[in-house]
Amino acid sequence: MTALELVAGALLCAGAAFFLAGTVGLLRFPDVYTRLHALTKADNLGLGLIVAGLALDAGSVAEALQLGIIWSLVMVSSSLSCQLVARAARRAGVAPWRRR
Amino acid sequence: MSAGLAIDAALALVLPVLAWAVVATPDLRKAIVLFMALGLVAALAWARLAAPDIALVEAAIGTGVTGALLMSCVPWAESLTPASRRARADLALAGALAVVACLGWAIRALPEAGPGLTPAVLGALEVSGVEHPVTAVLLNYRSYDTLLEIVVLVAAAIGIDAVLPDDDARRRLAPPARSLVGVLSHLLVPGAVLVAGFLVWKGAHAPGGAFQAGAVLAAGGILLLFARRLRPVPFAARALRGALLAGPLLFLGVAVAPLVRGGRLLELPVAWAGVLILAIETVLVVTIAIVLLMFFPARVLASSRAPAATVEDPP
Repeated sequence: MTALELVAGALLCAGAAFFLAGTVGLLRFPDVYTRLHALTKADNLGLGLIVAGLALDAGSVAEALQLGIIWSLVMVSSSLSCQLVARAARRAGVAPWRRR
Repeated sequence: MSAGLAIDAALALVLPVLAWAVVATPDLRKAIVLFMALGLVAALAWARLAAPDIALVEAAIGTGVTGALLMSCVPWAESLTPASRRARADLALAGALAVVACLGWAIRALPEAGPGLTPAVLGALEVSGVEHPVTAVLLNYRSYDTLLEIVVLVAAAIGIDAVLPDDDARRRLAPPARSLVGVLSHLLVPGAVLVAGFLVWKGAHAPGGAFQAGAVLAAGGILLLFARRLRPVPFAARALRGALLAGPLLFLGVAVAPLVRGGRLLELPVAWAGVLILAIETVLVVTIAIVLLMFFPARVLASSRAPAATVEDPP
């Protein structure tokens, strides 16, 4: 196993950890806004780490660039859907959670 | 155990559990989100079954557009009386059982496993004008079916206009959002147009084609509608009717043209087949996208908003 493969594996594991954290947040956070926060922030970072790990392992530069494009597309679309869901919740009158 | 087998086993376990969760969840919104998750897992399953064409359609139409459509129906479904909901659920159950029975009968009636039509399809690929067998079947060998499908789609669009007339809802729509939503949708929608074009072009030699491209284009349009960057176009608008009819008319023209020269209906000249298929598919993308977008007229968009301007956008 080369050093490059080790780094790629570490990045993949770190990415999976962020996905797990995002999913725990989705299940455990109290309201729609905080859940959105957990999902979009943690998952975008997790996907970035996984993409970085896969890019190190990719056969060619073109393949690595394609992975990068996928990441940026997912980032734009997830922040957009996050905004849309949060706006819809706000318009529907969902009050943000406050610690009592 | 190989990784492929592990993924297949996980899919086989998750699919029935998700399907049961969709039916068993009393909260309609949760059930719809679960339905969309089911669609994505089903798309993965299609991809694992080496049917990427169906996986693309399942992800784009079965999950994306249908999910948004179901969500926009929730207010209507919640306005039903419990008795009416129960009666509709019984009808739906009867319909589902009938479909299962028909499918079971069809599967039993299938011929024993064999090469089927694959050798015939691949054998004629050279004169079909394209290199991808699915596109060859859809746009050349069996283009009769596709032509009729498009006519059905246009009929559906006319039906939508009858059920959801474009009344004064347009005036009740909120002005364009002054937030990140607009900026982000401007970033994303050109990408959707690019992907749609790529899918049509790619359809000649790989999975892709007009239906997938149309769904992607419609998804971009739905995004703009929800971000209030695009006003729903009334059915009476000439441009909309033109775009709606362009696909079927071009297809019909290409279908009838050989009759003039003494050929047969839908016979594509070998030298021109590739160009004609690409032209038909490109125009069909617009028609399909418009039909899918018509499911989101002003009234649906307006009813997805809370009543009155109780909450204003932050400046």
